[in-house]
Amino acid sequence: MTVAVSILPEQQLAVLNAAYRKAVARKRLRLTLATAVFFAALVIAAIGAEVNLRTFFKYFGNFVSYFDRILTLENGARVWTDIGEWFWGWRKWLWMLGETVLTSYVGTLFGAILGLSLNFFAAENTSPAPWLRFLVRRVLEFARTVPSIVFALIFVIAFGLGPMAGVLAIAIHSTGALGKQFSEIVENADMKPVEGVRSTGASWISCMRFAVLPQVAAGYASYALLRFEINVREASVMGFVGAGGIGQELVVAIRKFYYSDVSAILLTIILTVFIIDIGTGWSRGRLFGKDARA
Amino acid sequence: MTQLPAPNLGELRARHPDVFNRPISARLAMPVMIVGAFGIFVFGLVDLDFSPARLVSGLHQLGWITLMMIPPDPGSSLPAYLVALGETLSIALLGTTIAAVFALPVSLLAARNIVPSNIFRFPVRRFLDSIRGVDTLIWALVWINVVGLGPFAGVLAIAVSDFGAFGKLFSEAIEAADRKQVEGIRASGGNALHEIRFGLMPQVLPVIVGQVLYFIESNTRSATIIGIVGAGGIGLQLAEQIRVLEWQKVSFLILMILVAVAAIDWISGKLRFAIIGRRAVA
Repeated sequence: MTVAVSILPEQQLAVLNAAYRKAVARKRLRLTLATAVFFAALVIAAIGAEVNLRTFFKYFGNFVSYFDRILTLENGARVWTDIGEWFWGWRKWLWMLGETVLTSYVGTLFGAILGLSLNFFAAENTSPAPWLRFLVRRVLEFARTVPSIVFALIFVIAFGLGPMAGVLAIAIHSTGALGKQFSEIVENADMKPVEGVRSTGASWISCMRFAVLPQVAAGYASYALLRFEINVREASVMGFVGAGGIGQELVVAIRKFYYSDVSAILLTIILTVFIIDIGTGWSRGRLFGKDARA
Repeated sequence: MTQLPAPNLGELRARHPDVFNRPISARLAMPVMIVGAFGIFVFGLVDLDFSPARLVSGLHQLGWITLMMIPPDPGSSLPAYLVALGETLSIALLGTTIAAVFALPVSLLAARNIVPSNIFRFPVRRFLDSIRGVDTLIWALVWINVVGLGPFAGVLAIAVSDFGAFGKLFSEAIEAADRKQVEGIRASGGNALHEIRFGLMPQVLPVIVGQVLYFIESNTRSATIIGIVGAGGIGLQLAEQIRVLEWQKVSFLILMILVAVAAIDWISGKLRFAIIGRRAVA
């Protein structure tokens, strides 16, 4: 079967081809340049980060064998041959894991409450005064840019060793993150109910409570649950700097080369994180339907 | 003024029975949840040794520390801090790039439209999940055991933990890609690799680049903290100065981090918009 394909006259074709080539050439040149710049940056970064491929390949075997070692008991047997010996400290570990989860729960709730009380001031459409919005935004920015473990390091000195420092560090970081996310939800809220409530002579607080909050509450809860999930991971390392939880045990096990303990603790952490991921995912799905999975 | 007609409650009730006669379980659900959440909160406060006395004395200490931090002053170690900051940025850039390069092929294996078989996909996904379940700091500790103290361990730690995150994000991007272009390639006689290269990659690459840029940004933050366990960068300096209570230097370092993160935010935001346009932000 032959199909007639209309072919343009030579002259017209040449013009079009030239234009096409020119467009592609410019794009290619830009791509090449960008790639070159990127690779240059990589090389500089590699020098800055003291990348040494020889060390890497020499010791890479160590990395693989590390996993071999953490899966071996002291008597040389594989860990799963003797679960009781592998998880010898499960009572203590579960207790500390509970402390970790509790730390992140209390921290998240603190953060959510503070974020909730600050976010209306940070949102473009509900803030009562521009200077207040600017101030609150900067405070939230500060709270979420400084890593929570840095706060934990400082709080350990101020409040003493223990989970309290961890809770406060997580609370501050969550305030920053949730405050921003909450205010973004508020900025997307419909303003007509606010006008409606205001027209009845209501105060600013009543406007927020009766016009904005019902629209945004589901989104708030969704973000707070997500934050809780993230905070469980964060809390699992708070112990590295002495701020309580399972991290303390883990860092001791890693530093002192208690190999089988490392794998046992890591496994319990991973399992806990899984369970919490699934739990929060499920409850977010139940509470707000599938589309609220931000 | 006209009076609104008084509502006839009986009629309203009859018309909207599901509003007025909600089952008791639905009415109680919210208060029970709130009381439960609050109960765990209070239990947590008690269990984690929150006492007003500790809080007050801690806040007092904290106020004192804050006063000591002013004004921020690097002393004579500004050059060392700048080098450390450069190290941190290098760690973030290199770690993220390595992770992205390795995650791309693996994410293909985790995507439903490329590997339809659940049996093959499941282990890949769980593998990625377990990597993500372990915090970057823990990976840093492990890599320090392997390649020794220093920024290289940090690069590898970020690379490994991002590998897990990228594997998941990329595979989601691939699953969201449009099927039609792949079918077009197949119809013109392309094999499976051609389908991926010419049908899939052009669609997902902008999304992936956006995500990588976003991660470089967020890894600048992570890279500042892995120094705390000894994996190089500015975190090492920060942890040291906090331990020796040099508060003016601490506040200077924190300011440096804030400025650096803001700068990276700004640059990568610009780049992202240039590459993928304004709307598609990962």
